Amino acid sequence: MSLAALDITPNYYLVVGALMFTIGAVGLLLRRNVLVMFMCVELMLNAANLTFVTYSRALNDIGGQVIVFFTLVVAAAEVAVGLAIIVAIFRRRRGATADDVRLLKG
Amino acid sequence: MNARDLLDLVWIVPALPALGAAILLLFGRRLGEPKAGWLATGLMALAFGWSVVMLLALRNVEPRTHTVDLFTWFPTGGLQVKMGFLADPLSITFILFVTGVGTLIHIYSLGYMHGDENFGRFFAFMNLFCASMLVLVLGSSFLVTFLGWEGVGLCSYLLVSFWFQRNSAAVAGKKAFVTTRVGDFGFMVAMFLIFAELGSLNYSAMNAGASKLAAGTATAIALLLFLGAVGKSAQFPLHVWLPDAMEGPTPVSALIHAATMVTAGVFLVARAHPFFEASGGSALTVVSIIGAATALLAATVALIQVDIKRVLAYSTISQLGFMFLALGVGAYAAAIFLVVAHAFYKAALFLGAGSVIHATDDNQDMRTMGGLRKYLPFTALGFIIAWLAIAGVPPFAGFWAKDDVLSRAYFAGDYGVWIVGTAAALLTAFYMTRAVWLVFYGNERFEAVEAPDEAEEHGFSLESPTVPAYVPPKPPRLTHEPHESPVTMTFPIVALAVLAAVGGVLSLPFRSVEFLTQWLEPVFADAPKIDVTSFVAGSTLEGISVVFGLIGLYIAYRIYRQGIPSAEGDPLPERLGVAGRLFQHAYYFDEAIANLVRGPVYRFADWLNRGFDLGIIDGAVNGVATLVRDSGNRLRRVQTGLVRNYALGVVLGAVALLVFLAIRAG
Repeated sequence: MSLAALDITPNYYLVVGALMFTIGAVGLLLRRNVLVMFMCVELMLNAANLTFVTYSRALNDIGGQVIVFFTLVVAAAEVAVGLAIIVAIFRRRRGATADDVRLLKG
Repeated sequence: MNARDLLDLVWIVPALPALGAAILLLFGRRLGEPKAGWLATGLMALAFGWSVVMLLALRNVEPRTHTVDLFTWFPTGGLQVKMGFLADPLSITFILFVTGVGTLIHIYSLGYMHGDENFGRFFAFMNLFCASMLVLVLGSSFLVTFLGWEGVGLCSYLLVSFWFQRNSAAVAGKKAFVTTRVGDFGFMVAMFLIFAELGSLNYSAMNAGASKLAAGTATAIALLLFLGAVGKSAQFPLHVWLPDAMEGPTPVSALIHAATMVTAGVFLVARAHPFFEASGGSALTVVSIIGAATALLAATVALIQVDIKRVLAYSTISQLGFMFLALGVGAYAAAIFLVVAHAFYKAALFLGAGSVIHATDDNQDMRTMGGLRKYLPFTALGFIIAWLAIAGVPPFAGFWAKDDVLSRAYFAGDYGVWIVGTAAALLTAFYMTRAVWLVFYGNERFEAVEAPDEAEEHGFSLESPTVPAYVPPKPPRLTHEPHESPVTMTFPIVALAVLAAVGGVLSLPFRSVEFLTQWLEPVFADAPKIDVTSFVAGSTLEGISVVFGLIGLYIAYRIYRQGIPSAEGDPLPERLGVAGRLFQHAYYFDEAIANLVRGPVYRFADWLNRGFDLGIIDGAVNGVATLVRDSGNRLRRVQTGLVRNYALGVVLGAVALLVFLAIRAG
């Protein structure tokens, strides 16, 4: 069976996107290192991007790709703010475990 | 200018003292001592002069009544209340003696209030007091009268507690205000009823419509009006405020007792007599019984008082009882005659008492006086003439007035009332003679020393100034010999004494010279007349009245001829025994009110405080707070501070949302 014979339908991309999203979400919930959690968020964002692009292609609608640009901008802004916070936490605590930062406990 | 045009200007009479009050309230302090007083006195004298002009003008109009509407006070649909004044023989009689006696009391105050730091304020209130009384008697409707009625109540409060630094004065002022308010309630309800029945509060509507009312309605209105009169005129059982009102400066007492305030009740009943007549006699019977009872009970209490002003206070209550007795038997003109005569002699007595107090370093205890006539010749002269007048000795004014009242009670067929009245007259002669002998005759029971006694204590006491059961007399050590008062004080005393001596000519009981009775005739034309049936009967009654008066006078003279051996040596309380104790406590009225009214009210208030206020009101407020706090305490556990928990929440929320959407779509 040749590679060309393999018909790559949009479903493959969607499955990859869903997998990436799930990995990201589970990672976010289970890992304690703030940096890793941060990367998980990026993973989820990109999973969403992939899904958008997939549908854009499948439905022949440019709107999905446009939204990806918005997502990238938001992600960039998020990185700027988020990394700044992480650096600030590192400076104060010599570590970046999320569970240690619980000043807002009621 | 014809007489009716002149009568249109009757509003000037109350306006003058009202103007004085306004000026003095604004600038009284700046005007300072002599000027403020002279301004107030001058305006009162002008008001008196204008009242005389009004009298002359009214004599030239027929019929003898004139109403002037100044402006619409408040227009409210069906009720158009006009600020209107009514000039008729009754109101003109009242404004004459209110302004006349008021002027003399103002002059007296110039001397009495000398050196008081609130001199200007005092005269402002005095003027306002007179202005209110003038509005009261001149009003052309119940509502205008009520305006003056409340003004008089306010001014009595302000003046009785004029020396408000003294706790007893502040308490007495409140007591006067609250007690008369009980009566005012009756007056107000009566006005509601009148408006509901007649559709108008004007006296003209009353004169036209009262006789057409059902007897029951008329009785209700009359009795409610009488409740107002009972409060204002200190009749049993609302008399308790008047003896305590002695806490005010003495000129205020004179003004309250003689010219303003207490005669307002008599005026109201006389003015509203159509309702009383329309009640078919039952309301009038109540009036005469209350009046007779008050006359007798107050006279017995006066027997044993040791404070010179308290004797006079109970005497006033008793005399007012005589006036209501007269109103109750339908002898309206006689009641007004007694009001006028009483104004003369009671003002003279009060001003005389003030002069005595002034002369003896603020001593009011008669047990430590005696023999003062040597030191205070003019005061003694005025006081003694007024004493003869009130004791009913002919030919002084009190004799004619009291005899007019009593003989008409007899001829009206109310023999019970007549007997009670005569007994009260005997007691009156007794207690006034006792007062005169204790103060002006007999041995001197005071001593003049160089060094003043320790300063009077001005501490605060929480006790209400009820009738003291027994006050041990303190030997007064005067800083100087008793001295006669300045001429501003003695002149009004002597002038009033002269009026008390000759005031009887206003209405002698002989047909052609009953001036006052004939003058008041048009006002009371609709009431049945009480005629002296025969000259012999009338003379006999007069003889009986004189004999009873002289008996009372003689008994007191026998007991007090030599004075009393010492300040403690008054023989009367022991001789009266149990009755004496009853009199000393004024029939335990204050105590009874304290225990029966104040006790339960306090307990009720306490219960309300603990049960309702703390339990329900505060409970609701605190309950809400507790609810919020407790639910907050439970909810705070959700806030863990762990970012991953929040993230889990977000994920679960997203899943839930997806499931929901899937179900809805599917």
